Amino acid sequence: MNDDPGTDPGTLRGIRTRVLVLVLATAVLATVAVVYTVRAADRADRRERTAPGQPTARAGAVDLRQSGRLLFRNLAWGPERDHVSSVALAAPSASRTAAPRTCLRFHAAAGTGICLRRKSGVIAGHEAVLLDAGLRPVRRFPLPGVPTRARVSPSGRLVAWTVFVSGDSYAGGDFSTRTAVYDTRTGTLHASLEEFTVVKDGRRDRAADHNFWGVTFTADDRHFYATLATAGRTYLVKGNLARRSVRTLRTNAECPSLSPDGTRVAFKKRVRGLPAEAPWRLHVLDLATGRETALAERGSVDDQALWLDDRTLLYALPGDFGADLWSVRADGGGSPRMFLKSAVSPAVVAG
Amino acid sequence: MYVSASRAADAAAGTVRSLRRPGGTARRAVAGNVVALGLVSLITDVSAEMVTAVLPLYLVVGLGMSPLAFGALDGVHQGASALFRLVGAYGADRTQRRKLVAGAGYALSAGCKLALLAAATPWAIGAVLAADRTGKGLRTAPRDALISLSSPPDGQGRAFGVHRAMDTAGALLGPLVAFAVLWAVSDGYDAVFVVSFCAAALGVLLLALFVRDIRTPRPRPPGGLPPSAVRALRTLARTSGLPRLCLAAALLGLVTVSDAFLYLLLQQRLDLPTAYFPLLPIGTAAAFLLLAVPMGRAADRAGRMRVFLAGHGVLLIAYLLVLAPWPSALAAAVCVLVLLGAFYAATDGVLMAAAGPLLPEHLRTSGLALVQTAQALARFAGSVLFGAAWMYLGPGGAVTAAAAGLAAAVITVAVLNKGAPHER
Repeated sequence: MNDDPGTDPGTLRGIRTRVLVLVLATAVLATVAVVYTVRAADRADRRERTAPGQPTARAGAVDLRQSGRLLFRNLAWGPERDHVSSVALAAPSASRTAAPRTCLRFHAAAGTGICLRRKSGVIAGHEAVLLDAGLRPVRRFPLPGVPTRARVSPSGRLVAWTVFVSGDSYAGGDFSTRTAVYDTRTGTLHASLEEFTVVKDGRRDRAADHNFWGVTFTADDRHFYATLATAGRTYLVKGNLARRSVRTLRTNAECPSLSPDGTRVAFKKRVRGLPAEAPWRLHVLDLATGRETALAERGSVDDQALWLDDRTLLYALPGDFGADLWSVRADGGGSPRMFLKSAVSPAVVAG
Repeated sequence: MYVSASRAADAAAGTVRSLRRPGGTARRAVAGNVVALGLVSLITDVSAEMVTAVLPLYLVVGLGMSPLAFGALDGVHQGASALFRLVGAYGADRTQRRKLVAGAGYALSAGCKLALLAAATPWAIGAVLAADRTGKGLRTAPRDALISLSSPPDGQGRAFGVHRAMDTAGALLGPLVAFAVLWAVSDGYDAVFVVSFCAAALGVLLLALFVRDIRTPRPRPPGGLPPSAVRALRTLARTSGLPRLCLAAALLGLVTVSDAFLYLLLQQRLDLPTAYFPLLPIGTAAAFLLLAVPMGRAADRAGRMRVFLAGHGVLLIAYLLVLAPWPSALAAAVCVLVLLGAFYAATDGVLMAAAGPLLPEHLRTSGLALVQTAQALARFAGSVLFGAAWMYLGPGGAVTAAAAGLAAAVITVAVLNKGAPHER
């Protein structure tokens, strides 16, 4: 590369040329970096302004007990971007009411909210904030990674969250998850489900590579369903909080979501023949019969679905401004419909 | 050869004149080429770690993906990376263009930073990360060969120590730069990638301008036959001390528990708050940064194999500390992280420093790649074994087994090494 006899490395002139080239190139590269960053900051500011053709949002009060509403993280551009917002379930396309509380992931039930958010400051950090019905912080928990799932039990007593933890490995192929459950009544924090006893196929399993994510609670506030990944497979597990144990129910079921009547679990399933990086199709499992029903959504869904009611599911798909919420029938019929533009992390406050 | 090479490199580098002192003290400094390669690694690691630091955020928060989708692809990438390292190293030796092969690796990784801007689907991001890793696989052995060939036989440890310290400094700076960009631009992942690319391009340029390629004449092949990979491998197998070193690296690698497991254990057994988890690798890296040069110098003086073994002894102490009951979790964590950093300082560059002088110059890249690959494969097998041990014995039992295995391996290697001609 620099063995060109024209520039003898030993001569002073050769060194001077090289240093000059380096200084010039550094100046160019530094300029590119600075200009791009400044322009990116401008564009980020633009996201603070409303864009035409997007849903509108108005600042206002959001109450977690107000029934007949859908709560979510608003993704539409404008000052209310990322704020916890609400619309009437009956008129989802109407203007949104946005509370001054930003969250990356959010869920709520019966007056309890959980908000996974970025802590402000130069050093990156995330926290889980337990919210009361008026979205006021009750308790904060530092998070060891990037938020991905959040759930509140139907009674509002239990909350769960999952984060991705990445190690120090180069190129970042290795990710693991950490899932915590907090009991708001007793104040008990199960900091990681990996501390629970795992019974796999009827036997105690002590593998080191347990990863849990996507908790969904039963109505009795004692049990939950979740995903366990170990040895390259995923399992649907049922957990018992008092016994601090989980047992596997079946393989290949991720991000379960229990129906309001407690009879079915919606989940995403890896389907053979689909590309390895977008392999998931939504399915519904009947817990009594073990029968699986494939849903009408043909795209790969990488989200923990939410039951809008006992017949309809809600889930996020990538959209123009991050993500949109779609709905599909839970019995496998019908076709998917856009339910709410520019929104993620929905929670239903039923009437 | 060594002395003249390092002098020429000093002149070529130009930037490191102050390190050269007249007379006997010049022996204390490292060759300009090593400092130049260290700077390249520093800048490149700033670039690489910027991306690593924000990648989970970008995938989950920016793109709304779950990064676990990459789990399946990752195993394939690891294998491919090892293959590229061996093939690239052999190519570098065969053509005697080590700088070109290393440069290609650096340039490929730099290009990947820009490619991340365009990659928005999991498949595309997986492909970019695979290419990035290939670039790392390509560049590591030729770079280490250049460091080795630029340094006198009795200064190898110091040279690698300086290089690894500079490399680690970059790794520590990277996340800070990334989060500074994100702080200036909310959700500005694209800005992070562009800044990372600019740094990587600067690294490639530094390499092109200030690193001197070292070409070593190949001995004329007997019978006029072109040198083949098989013959190269045969030569390496007959190289005095190399099979023993590979065996030692593999044996010790087999009982080395991966950092990820150790951090997990540390957190579980000491009941550290989970929020501290991301700080653990930083602690190790900081200790590595501070200890790399002293350990390298100690290796030159006391014997590299001895320091390499002592490093594993330090690791053994770290395992025992994890198992011991501690009154203060924080004190225990700090001790273990310092020991872990010392382990890396006493082994990472030192292994290359031990291998370098054994190897014929025309096969130095291939030889170093072979040692690196033997160690990497053994560590991979070791982590599978450790996973199995965890399953049957529980976390405490698994670490006890690993500690016993490590103690046995250290003793075995020490005995094996006793019969070897003493190297310094």
